[in-house]
Amino acid sequence: MRIPIETFHLDNGLFVTLSEDHTAPIVAVNLWYHVGSANERKGRTGFAHLFEHMLFQGSAHVGSNEHFELIQRAGGTLNGSTWLERTNYFETVPSNELALALWLEADRMGELLPAMTQEKLDTQRDVVKNERRWAVDNQPYGTMLERLQELVFPPSHPFHHSLIGSMEDLSAASLDDVRQFFATYYTPDNAVLSIAGDFDPKTARQLVEAFFGPIPRGKGKPPLPPMALPPVFGKTLREVIPDDVSLPRLFMAFRTPIFGSDQYYAASVCSALLGMRKGSRLHRSLVRERQVAAEASAFTFDLAKGTDLLVVDVTARPEMTTIQFEEEVEREIDLLVSDGVMPEEVNRAVALIETDLVTSLQSAGERADGLSMFATYFEEPELINEQADRYRSVTAKKVNDLIAQQMVEENRASLLYVPRDRVESEEILAAAAGAS
Amino acid sequence: MVTALRPKPGPARSYQFPKFTDEVLSNGIRLVVAPVKKLPVITVLVIVDAGSSNDPIGKEGVATLTARALLEGSQRYDGAELAERFEQLGTSLESGADWDSAFVKITVLSDRLSKALELLGEVVRTPVFPEREVERLKAERLAEILQIEAEPRALADERFEAFLYAEGSRYSRPDGGNTDSVTRLTRADIEQYYRSRFVTRSTTVIVAGDIEPQRARDLVESAFRGFPTGSAPIQSVVVAKRDDRRNVHVVSRTAAPQSELRVGHIGLPRNHSDFFPTMVMNAVLGGLFGSRINLNLREAHGYTYGASSYYDWRRGPGPFVVATAVESDVTVPALREIFLEIDRIRGEKISAEELSLATQYLEGVFPIRYETTAAVATALANLVIHDLPRDYYDSYRRNIREVTVESVLEAARTHIHPAELQTVVVGNAALIREPLRELAAGAVHVHDS
Repeated sequence: MRIPIETFHLDNGLFVTLSEDHTAPIVAVNLWYHVGSANERKGRTGFAHLFEHMLFQGSAHVGSNEHFELIQRAGGTLNGSTWLERTNYFETVPSNELALALWLEADRMGELLPAMTQEKLDTQRDVVKNERRWAVDNQPYGTMLERLQELVFPPSHPFHHSLIGSMEDLSAASLDDVRQFFATYYTPDNAVLSIAGDFDPKTARQLVEAFFGPIPRGKGKPPLPPMALPPVFGKTLREVIPDDVSLPRLFMAFRTPIFGSDQYYAASVCSALLGMRKGSRLHRSLVRERQVAAEASAFTFDLAKGTDLLVVDVTARPEMTTIQFEEEVEREIDLLVSDGVMPEEVNRAVALIETDLVTSLQSAGERADGLSMFATYFEEPELINEQADRYRSVTAKKVNDLIAQQMVEENRASLLYVPRDRVESEEILAAAAGAS
Repeated sequence: MVTALRPKPGPARSYQFPKFTDEVLSNGIRLVVAPVKKLPVITVLVIVDAGSSNDPIGKEGVATLTARALLEGSQRYDGAELAERFEQLGTSLESGADWDSAFVKITVLSDRLSKALELLGEVVRTPVFPEREVERLKAERLAEILQIEAEPRALADERFEAFLYAEGSRYSRPDGGNTDSVTRLTRADIEQYYRSRFVTRSTTVIVAGDIEPQRARDLVESAFRGFPTGSAPIQSVVVAKRDDRRNVHVVSRTAAPQSELRVGHIGLPRNHSDFFPTMVMNAVLGGLFGSRINLNLREAHGYTYGASSYYDWRRGPGPFVVATAVESDVTVPALREIFLEIDRIRGEKISAEELSLATQYLEGVFPIRYETTAAVATALANLVIHDLPRDYYDSYRRNIREVTVESVLEAARTHIHPAELQTVVVGNAALIREPLRELAAGAVHVHDS
């Protein structure tokens, strides 16, 4: 199944994608800015995300928090999110409110700065610090993302540092940083606008031209430092993290080819085959048969620059010692490398992925987000319609080739969370925790 | 640059919740079918009156364990084979129990439906509950309980309910059971629970998606052939307060950087006649981003990443709760603001702007909520579980529009009880215990986590 797609560029460089669907009177507006935590400068970790918060604090013609109020009053839903490579903003509204959603997005893309004040920055800094406490510091395994980034990307690499940022760097962020970041990255030529759902393409285009047309093109953004990395880590990486958790949990990461590449689809199928649902290898073997794990899953980061990561995520059963548990998971990966996978396992994974692809396209918001993603990373929104075919073309041989290259010992990075009290009772752990 | 003129909305296009058929099959199963022709995908949701509310005393967790164990072996296939067969068809499959019902849900592409539905019938009709798998699921639930103890949000939710309801109420204990009760559960308990409750007249099958009612009926009749007829009465939950006075319970977590806060009391059953004004009242109080509690705690004070209030709607009266997490230092000031907002919503009428924000939001998002087959199926399940009128979704937006500032005030005064508020703080007890005493929100009790 395919969704209809139309695209055009404004003179200022804004890339627009449209996808009509009139089954319900709702429409999704979705903006991707091609900037994320990777673009932050030294000493300003967390800034891209803090900046995302500032985008809800008003603009030239919109009051503080009024963006939220106007959309909710119109009967819409909205939010934003920040990732290593991009930041997105989105709303789904009743279709007769399309103009409002577009106007709000245009006002903050064009004229954010008149609304920025030190007081708003200070408040949002506190909000974000509390977000960090809530989602990272006071949450079991909450430091996983930043610890993994630190472990698997070299210090000079833009994916090395924390997305949510350090408390110290958040404290240091200034209004000047806000001005600079806005001028550099929040420009129409660094953004994709997608509209999906119940709209008339001609009217939508007129609205986009009227609201976004007058916004001037940016002056270009500084290039990212080199992103390319060798295809494998080159050695086994391991870090033991004593934490306030009940059960040991192992995140084992492998460098894999970037999102969108042919081999990416083999890696994605491999992760589904390993950890998607109860028929997956890890669940069947570690949870059901050997009963060494309480939960097991796997996923890919879907990074489009540098290298991607495939991550296996397994939580121990309480009665296992940590070392036994870690060995059992490693043994499962060794088996995968020595024996490879069977065509039925690939079929199962692809069938599950196909269902998810279709299911997600039911939502206007997800359609718009997918269009924006493929337009931002590859300038090809049409790729949204190619995904099922890309997955169906993955064979057991392709997965086995990927496993042979990427799941070898010199391409494994283990992040092992351990309950604090166990570090004392299990000697081998104490040594490893002391060394890291 | 960008025009200063705010766009006005165009004429609204009408929306109708998917039409559905609703009938009782000859064997007693209720069948609800909502054809949704957007994409080639179908959700089938089986609900059985076998939720956790029915757990016998001392056997808390049996409903959850039974629902999970359905997928662990049928007369024809063992658990691994079932998973393999479902997943080769690309089926997204889930089973579980909430307070009011047990459920098994599949979502699958339409051309694979008949095989997936046959398997679904099989797991509901002929589970064999192998001893080994039951013991494994028990161990997994025990691991889950350990995880909750280390997770401040889940811990706060769970403790809050324990401090709200009297010991004898099923709602005072976690729906999935606690360590003691789960440890004692046996295969025989599950078998017995299944035999007594999984019968046709306690079962509804909901089908939403790319299918016609006649075909759905044929497939469901075939998949559920041989399912025992009969009915099992729904047990009503005993509900009593644990204490008439206000209390502050501190659940100690050394060095916690934040306090997880829960403030509230026992709420209302889902089919209460004040449902609409109460829901709108809650939207203004803490249900929306632009609600009083969130704007106060997050946007005015920067105390938190987010603060909200909600009713946990069940057949019996579930909790009404204000929930947030704040930096430890501001625990008491944050609680003061929460109490102030609770008093204020009862003290005077909300403004016309606040009312219209809530009602326009609830009215507008209505079609956005039902974009997926899974969401339509869940909405229809609520109709069945709470015995709502057949035209509930067609009259929903009118019911919202009819709420007034007066009916909101009335709902707040009738259903919010400041003198009964129970407060739970999961956080650094050493730091916050003394300031909490000064707050005068009831006796302060400190507990180990």
